Amino acid sequence: MSKFLELDHVTKTFGSSGILGQGSLTVAVDDVSLSIDADKPDIITVVGESGSGKTTLARLLLGSHTPTSGIVRYNGKDFSKLTKREKRNFRREIQPIFQDPFESYNPFYKVDHVLDAPIKNFRLASSEANKKRMIEDALEMVGLLPEETLGRFPHQLSGGQRQRIMVARALLLKPKVILADEPVSMVDASLRATILDSIRRLNKELGISVVYITHDLTTAYQISDSIMVMYRGTVVESGSVDAVIPNPQHTYTKLLIESIPQPDPRDRWGAEPPQQNWDIQDDELTGCKFSDRCPTPTEECKNGTIDMGLIEVAPNHFVDQCCLKCG
Amino acid sequence: MVKSTIEETRVSNEQAIKTYRPDARISDIDALIVKDFSVYYETEAGTVKACDNVSLTLKQGERFALVGESGSGKTTLAMGLMRLTRPPGHIAKGSVKLNGRDVTKLSDDEMRKTRLSELALVPQGAMNSLNPVMRIEQQIMDGIIDHLDERDSRPSAQELDEIVKDLLNRVGLRPQVARLYPHELSGGMKQRVAMAIGISLKPNLIIADEPTSALDVVVQRQIMQTLGRLQEGLDASIMLVGHDMGLVAQFADTIGVMYAGRMVEVGPVYEVFSNPKHTYTQLLIQSLPSLKEKKELVGIPGLPPKLIDLPPGCVFSPRCPKPTEECKKGKIEMGLIEVSPGHLVDKCCVNCGQN
Repeated sequence: MSKFLELDHVTKTFGSSGILGQGSLTVAVDDVSLSIDADKPDIITVVGESGSGKTTLARLLLGSHTPTSGIVRYNGKDFSKLTKREKRNFRREIQPIFQDPFESYNPFYKVDHVLDAPIKNFRLASSEANKKRMIEDALEMVGLLPEETLGRFPHQLSGGQRQRIMVARALLLKPKVILADEPVSMVDASLRATILDSIRRLNKELGISVVYITHDLTTAYQISDSIMVMYRGTVVESGSVDAVIPNPQHTYTKLLIESIPQPDPRDRWGAEPPQQNWDIQDDELTGCKFSDRCPTPTEECKNGTIDMGLIEVAPNHFVDQCCLKCG
Repeated sequence: MVKSTIEETRVSNEQAIKTYRPDARISDIDALIVKDFSVYYETEAGTVKACDNVSLTLKQGERFALVGESGSGKTTLAMGLMRLTRPPGHIAKGSVKLNGRDVTKLSDDEMRKTRLSELALVPQGAMNSLNPVMRIEQQIMDGIIDHLDERDSRPSAQELDEIVKDLLNRVGLRPQVARLYPHELSGGMKQRVAMAIGISLKPNLIIADEPTSALDVVVQRQIMQTLGRLQEGLDASIMLVGHDMGLVAQFADTIGVMYAGRMVEVGPVYEVFSNPKHTYTQLLIQSLPSLKEKKELVGIPGLPPKLIDLPPGCVFSPRCPKPTEECKKGKIEMGLIEVSPGHLVDKCCVNCGQN
């Protein structure tokens, strides 16, 4: 099996602790490994709250951040050692879809512009007619009618339509991986299903791997194959969705699942969970990073004498040791 | 329009609410009575009826959720109730009775005093509702000072400081936040500040416009639960505006579903979720993914109609999976009708025989 893209024990920090110790160090991604196979297209979900390092992870995958330690490999080769040509190839094979369907457009250009630009840049079309057909095919693939979308300005389209054009744009380049960073969090609930369904179809029908970054576990459960739960830059639980979601082991995963607003008035939230204490700097945290919000932390969890790191509790289900051993 | 025996409706409504929010304190006082309220936008192409003939009643202590997709008129209605509609929009007709006074008839000055002290808006604080160049304490004090009567003496700096700290404490923020600027806060904290401003003059009605839409699930839950606690502490009513049916099921007592500027279904949350009558409400509930089972993701096909060019007949008929000929041609009667105590549905979906 060839690994298309691989993160090998990658850490990314921002800022520094400073010479006199007054600076602040943020560990955005802490010793994370992840691999995307080209042969076996999967939908991998990265889930966590804001500030958990999801977007930094996405940027590492896109090559727009260089890791502080660890290696990012593209087709088995260290990303920092790629030639210009290889990098260009890489940029075609991995395509991002961003959160905000309003800000990813230039309001002065018609929406055709975002579809023309990649074709021009990568010289994908041999003729105008060819280009037109490519654009129309891509739009139809995501369930849009070309005659209702092309030639319009972004403000004339709905948020859902705009976001689907972004999916179509990614599709034009025939990528191997689509990296979708919160693609539906700014879209109406009723349109989310449609967009996620078109992403799933790309995976099933065209064999494109998808990295789906979200804080919404319900949609993650519906569309993805495997899942990584992040908290303060660390992976606290991972595995196949069918193993993790019905049987969460980490306290944080449990909190995430409990906090989903279930569309059922008979099944309401319990007591209010504690807020995250952002005053604690990352380098001040000893022991388990979740211990300050954990409802049942032991002394070992807090002072860091407990073993940390993922262990396999069931086939394809990994959990941080801390939450298993503390009882 | 529906002419039900109003007294009867209210008692049963209250009973329905009590069954799933047992500690709810809902009084008999009507905090808000909206009647045939319409907000139109006059454009060169014609009149856009963004909010058309909406009627609803909220009791003191009730949590009402207004749902609908973008462009359904929910924000137009909420802003209209506060008389914050901007030209070319205007309140075309109807009345809004708040604590017995018709706010549509108040002078601009009286209305200005009424806002915040009687009905307060909690905007989407995580976005850009806070002034980036003012400290948090200044932004909280602003409203309090502005609402002082001429004969009131201005509170001392120390008193104001105490008020600000108390408000921050109520919304779950540390007193140090007072000295910070908005960019130093996370999205959830900004939303908490927006709530602190909203409750600063103890309003009877809080209008919360998508208070959590850009926040993650855990923070969303914390914010909603804080908002609920504040509302119960003030004995105020809440109108929650949003599109997340899950949030509505968790939070609200009653729900109103809007589509194309009209109210198409109103009722107690429990009743509407277990027995939705309007096809649009049914589709909204079905389109929600759940953790209980894996199923095909189905959205609602089609797009909401252009409000300037509404389809003939039932406004939902172009997207309805099972419209009858009458629905499409408009031969069917429209308007809300009561199907069970407190549960009102557009006649079209009741009479077409498909539901």
